[in-house]
Amino acid sequence: MAVKVRIPTPLQKLTDGKDEVEGEPGTVISLINNLDKRFPGIGERISEGGKIRRFINIYLNDEDIRFLQNEGTEVKDDDEVSIVPAIAGG
Amino acid sequence: MQSETLVVPRHLVSEMILHCKEIYPNEACGILAGKNRTVQKVYKMTNIENSSVSYMMEPREQFTVMKEMREQGLEMSAIYHSHPQSDVHPSPKDINLAFYPDSLYVIVSLINEEQPAIKAFEIKNGLIREVEILII
Repeated sequence: MAVKVRIPTPLQKLTDGKDEVEGEPGTVISLINNLDKRFPGIGERISEGGKIRRFINIYLNDEDIRFLQNEGTEVKDDDEVSIVPAIAGG
Repeated sequence: MQSETLVVPRHLVSEMILHCKEIYPNEACGILAGKNRTVQKVYKMTNIENSSVSYMMEPREQFTVMKEMREQGLEMSAIYHSHPQSDVHPSPKDINLAFYPDSLYVIVSLINEEQPAIKAFEIKNGLIREVEILII
């Protein structure tokens, strides 16, 4: 068992083209830090100084983590975490 | 190998322009979903900035649409938004916030309301390249 992590297209070059990888249970930020050990560079694309970047949205199953406990949200085995960069411009 | 041209059926171009006009004077935004660069569906999205100079898709709506696209085997061929009061070229903000380099960025300029200008661009590493749109 593990956490299922969905990787958005722009970050798939860091995960050998995989759109889905396995993560370790814990908090959202620990999951990202652990991902960075396997896929160097992915951490800083998602977070900065332990905080999720402003233009990155993260969902635990179907819930935006901003409405849970943000970076401290607990993630368990079998949960699905989706990393979704915002779509914005001017 | 990705196709060099963005192919969009005429009725979907009309749907996108209509959306941009409905949201005028604010910026409209949406997703052109398809296979490779042939568009099959328009998703009109909510611009949470309610602004005439910027846009951000409503995050939950974006998440839901991306999930639906995945389930239907569709790709995000392009992301579109309108420029109600400026020309059809990407703004500095469009370039800075282009987080999806594999999708094209379509801009609809409404300066000439009767004849909106539409162009598609690839935005990668801060560099812009226009890509031809083929309306079928």
